[in-house]
Amino acid sequence: MKLYCLSGHPTLPCNVLKFKSTTIMLDCGLDMTSTLNFLPLPLVQSPRLSNLPGWSLKDGNAFLDKELKECSGHVFVDSVPEFCLPETELIDLSTVDVILISNYHCMMALPYITEHTGFTGTVYATEPTVQIGRLLMEELVNFIERVPKAQSASLWKNKDIQRLLPSPLKDAVEVSTWRRCYTMQEVNSALSKIQLVGYSQKIELFGAVQVTPLSSGYALGSSNWIIQSHYEKVSYVSGSSLLTTHPQPMDQASLKNSDVLILTGLTQIPTANPDGMVGEFCSNLALTVRNGGNVLVPCYPSGVIYDLLECLYQYIDSAGLSNIPFYFISPVANSSLEFSQIFAEWLCHNKQTKVYLPEPPFPHAELIQTNKLKHYPSLHGDFSSDFRQPCVVFTGHPSLRFGDVVHFMELWGKSSLNTVIFTEPDFSYLEALAPYQPLAMKCIYCPIDTRLNFIQVSKLLKEVQPLHVVCPEQYTQPPPAQSHRMDLMIDCQPPAMSYRRAEVLALPFKRRYEKIEIMPELADALVPMEIKPGISLATVSAVLHTKDNKHILQPPPRPTQPTGGKKRKRASDDIPDCKVLKPLLSGSIPVEQFVQTLEKHGFSDIKVEDTAKGHIVLLQEAETLIQIEEDSTHIICDNDEMLRVRLRDLVLKFLQKF
Amino acid sequence: MPEIRVTPLGAGQDVGRSCILVSIAGKNVMLDCGMHMGFNDDRRFPDFSYITRNGRLTDFLDCVIISHFHLDHCGALPYFSEMVGYDGPIYMTHPTQAICPILLEDYRKIAVDKKGEANFFTSQMIKDCMKKVVAVHLHQTVQVDDELEIKAYYAGHVLGAAMFQIKVGSESVVYTGDYNMTPDRHLGAAWIDKCRPNLLITESTYATTIRDSKRCRERDFLKKVHEAVERGGKVLIPVFALGRAQELCILLETFWERMNLKAPIYFSTGLTEKANHYYKLFITWTNQKIRKTFVQRNMFEFKHIKAFDRAFADNPGPMVVFATPGMLHAGQSLQIFRKWAGNEKNMVIMPGYCVQGTVGHKILSGQRKLEMEGRQVLEVKMQVEYMSFSAHADAKGIMQLVGQAEPESVLLVHGEAKKMEFLKQKIEQEFRVNCYMPANGETVTLPTSPSIPVGISLGLLKREMAQGLLPDAKKPRLLHGTLIMKDSNFRLVSSEQALKELGLAEHQLRFTCRVHLHDPRKEQETAMRVYSHLKSVLKDHCVQHLPDGSVTVESILIQAAAHSEDPGTKVLLVSWTYQDEELGSYLTSLLKKGLPQASS
Repeated sequence: MKLYCLSGHPTLPCNVLKFKSTTIMLDCGLDMTSTLNFLPLPLVQSPRLSNLPGWSLKDGNAFLDKELKECSGHVFVDSVPEFCLPETELIDLSTVDVILISNYHCMMALPYITEHTGFTGTVYATEPTVQIGRLLMEELVNFIERVPKAQSASLWKNKDIQRLLPSPLKDAVEVSTWRRCYTMQEVNSALSKIQLVGYSQKIELFGAVQVTPLSSGYALGSSNWIIQSHYEKVSYVSGSSLLTTHPQPMDQASLKNSDVLILTGLTQIPTANPDGMVGEFCSNLALTVRNGGNVLVPCYPSGVIYDLLECLYQYIDSAGLSNIPFYFISPVANSSLEFSQIFAEWLCHNKQTKVYLPEPPFPHAELIQTNKLKHYPSLHGDFSSDFRQPCVVFTGHPSLRFGDVVHFMELWGKSSLNTVIFTEPDFSYLEALAPYQPLAMKCIYCPIDTRLNFIQVSKLLKEVQPLHVVCPEQYTQPPPAQSHRMDLMIDCQPPAMSYRRAEVLALPFKRRYEKIEIMPELADALVPMEIKPGISLATVSAVLHTKDNKHILQPPPRPTQPTGGKKRKRASDDIPDCKVLKPLLSGSIPVEQFVQTLEKHGFSDIKVEDTAKGHIVLLQEAETLIQIEEDSTHIICDNDEMLRVRLRDLVLKFLQKF
Repeated sequence: MPEIRVTPLGAGQDVGRSCILVSIAGKNVMLDCGMHMGFNDDRRFPDFSYITRNGRLTDFLDCVIISHFHLDHCGALPYFSEMVGYDGPIYMTHPTQAICPILLEDYRKIAVDKKGEANFFTSQMIKDCMKKVVAVHLHQTVQVDDELEIKAYYAGHVLGAAMFQIKVGSESVVYTGDYNMTPDRHLGAAWIDKCRPNLLITESTYATTIRDSKRCRERDFLKKVHEAVERGGKVLIPVFALGRAQELCILLETFWERMNLKAPIYFSTGLTEKANHYYKLFITWTNQKIRKTFVQRNMFEFKHIKAFDRAFADNPGPMVVFATPGMLHAGQSLQIFRKWAGNEKNMVIMPGYCVQGTVGHKILSGQRKLEMEGRQVLEVKMQVEYMSFSAHADAKGIMQLVGQAEPESVLLVHGEAKKMEFLKQKIEQEFRVNCYMPANGETVTLPTSPSIPVGISLGLLKREMAQGLLPDAKKPRLLHGTLIMKDSNFRLVSSEQALKELGLAEHQLRFTCRVHLHDPRKEQETAMRVYSHLKSVLKDHCVQHLPDGSVTVESILIQAAAHSEDPGTKVLLVSWTYQDEELGSYLTSLLKKGLPQASS
């Protein structure tokens, strides 16, 4: 069993597991941090951005000034933003049989894989994952496509040139494999390859392996996966949460007894407590608005935003914010809000109970009804006429490189009354802000990452006790910025096996058994005998049938009677097939009883001699000699088949067959 | 001999009071727990005393499964769990769990408040009963215990309706509940995979009907409603609050919009508005089209359909009213019916099946003078129409489902005996499987022969597979191994491994036969002749001549020795172990025939 690690990003994994005869891709994460190296795509022409000076080498050479621009000491690529794809060369991706998706954030690279690698398999994901994943992709494509950019920079990617660039461009990895965003057509084609599954559904892959999604508690429809055969079990844990937010709680019990547990998608901010962050979020928001400023919340169109809106729903009246408009701007804002209300079965118990009343599970329905929350597909159109300040705007993209958020940064960045509050943990907020510097607006960093932290992980591992843990290398050492925090790493016994991008791990696995079915007719014919108390044995001679990776034992065919008889038999027909195995024998022959038995069967003139290791029984009349020792019996006789067979059967009476 | 036993307590050659007991591999499951619309006495609930006379139901039943929220499938549940007493798990889908208690409460209200029945289950009992419910997802494998598992499949019919697979080891039963094989305006079609159950228990409401296309029926329905409204008549459509009601509302809503009609459409009770809300929240259970467009336009937000008030019934002019319940056996639909029945301009459309004994059934069978409570006689002058809108599979649909699931046998419930008989024959002919149709209280026993799963050591399996993947029909190869049975752990290993694991030594049984050959030549030459003879005969075997002069065939050793007395005779010592028995025995008989004369 092997694990091919195609992504180096611990929360946006992409691994391929070869298990028995199947090739299974686990998640399809797209590393979007690469876009931080690019200039933002403004929705409205921004004089500031278009007037940034070109960057030149120290020696004044300015041949890159069309591609690279400088802003407050940082250098950015002036081009359509590009994403860092999973490794496509490490393994032939057309051999991948299935792709298992754990949550909607971990499927963003799907179109690259399913549309451009010769992939012909099936993708499995839950319904909310697919629906919300589609929204995320739709938003991404929309953000990029609605601001067509003629320029596509490629000169800087040249290895010799990249070396000359300042950090972080200099250190960017695999830049030659970075790709532009896919199209909606590719998204639709990719999504059409998905088969919907429900939690605890057992999905058979080629009869060899069974995969099962389990609730992971992190997002609507998010799952961990069990990949198992009858005797081996691999758990794939990706993006799980033990906090009570809106999704169904995590199913931990089903992860027990794993041979290998692959652990990815832990919290990216292990030092921040999500509850505390939500509190800070609310108080900073209220403070800004009370002072007449606007609040900008860069966010994804689904996920934490539901929880934030729920908190605000409870908070705004008590904080005296009832008159402040909340805007949610995204091409998929409406869909996201609507979809969140129809996945009752995937929600936590409290929300399910509301649906049973029947009431919408999320209170943002009421915020919309009372006009406190308004949503728009973009800042063009209705929004511009409704827009009132001060206000709170939720919009994407959290990288601040594209989407409506770019406009609000440009619009509000100059005033210190305004605040931008970062809640999404996927991007470093300082890097995200870099192309907007110098900035007068306040920046608050309240990352809310509900995924497992290291304390929860070690508790989980103690509970489910996998034999081996496999994880990204980042989890086996403290974060670089907090190298003294030995508590911020995975601690387990035996130590976790770690992987990095483009590595192949051989998983410590010894397959010993396989399931086989014994047909009832054969089972009826078996003769068990008790060898030791509680242990019985039966020798089995049967015909093996293997079909679709399922093995069945059928009774051996009855010896066929020679038909016709007129046909002259060829000599070779008589030659026995040496592959027909006889059972092994065990036990020992008690000489006295054996001799008695011989006498009973008409042998006379029996003589017994003792030897060093046993006895020799002589049948003088038949000129036959039987050497009997503890672990062996040797019959030496003339070529008298009848006699030999008689003696053989008498000996066998004392032995057990295996 | 293992067997599967099925006993309907209700719905055996009947519609209503669905309740079927299944015993499979020592597990007892109760499928549905319904009431009978046609009775008001003891017969309305299944006879649970059949299950066990003295013991507790909880001890006897491993679980209860409810297929959908219709009262003839869940109406007896609170009585069963709270009054008879059952504390085990009750499984149903999320929408069923949401809607079921509302319908039960409605049912209770009619029975207790309107009819004044005593000794009926209370609201609290409904609540307590629902606490025992475990909700299941579609396709989720629910482990009831270590051995028993159940899995729900989409059934169409009504929101949240499911078919259930009940499985223990390799034995399984599928129960369809009520289902629909053609998608309608709001729900999708039932679907099941080729799960090859030992037994498929299917409803057979429309066992003999093959319905024309849905479109024709819809057109007919709209035409009739339209005509009645045009002539100023009032149209009553008795429905159950959830299910057909929503489908017909969607139909009328779009028709009204297209034709720009003004006559009001009303929906009776507040329950229905609530019902529409359930459809909005459980939209993932509706058909693909509705699911796809719900963000733009939620089909369950009706513009033309308004809530009904009791006083509206006397308003002049045309109107369309949807009123509950659907079989005109009680409640608001019956009240309105009584009011409107005398006017021939009016119309009542029965959009579904009516159980015997209900007013709906009576008027559908042509009765025009009805005896009501208090010996009143009601003359029915209004037009009575029947439109089959019930979302049950018709004969074609049932056959289709049997074809999909490929069961080993079929059992019919939820239908009328005569019609079942017809379908039974058809199924037996077409699929060559046994088909049963037990009456209530009658038990069907099916012997099963489950195969036994064991673990085979990979070494043994691979050794076998490596020796030849293609099975040879003439010479089937035998796999040989030892089955070790320890408690319930069965493992098939190679004989060597079995010996080793049990700490036993192998006992070697060896034979050495003396074959006398007339051959005056030297021993070495005899051996050489034996070698070339065997080599030419045994082409498929490994025959070797060893440096020490002996000959081997596979692992059989042949040595030539001089005869102690007769120099013209040589003795061949053929030696083999028990494992080579066949070949050894064959060689001795071959050599006994002598060697061919050397050609040289």
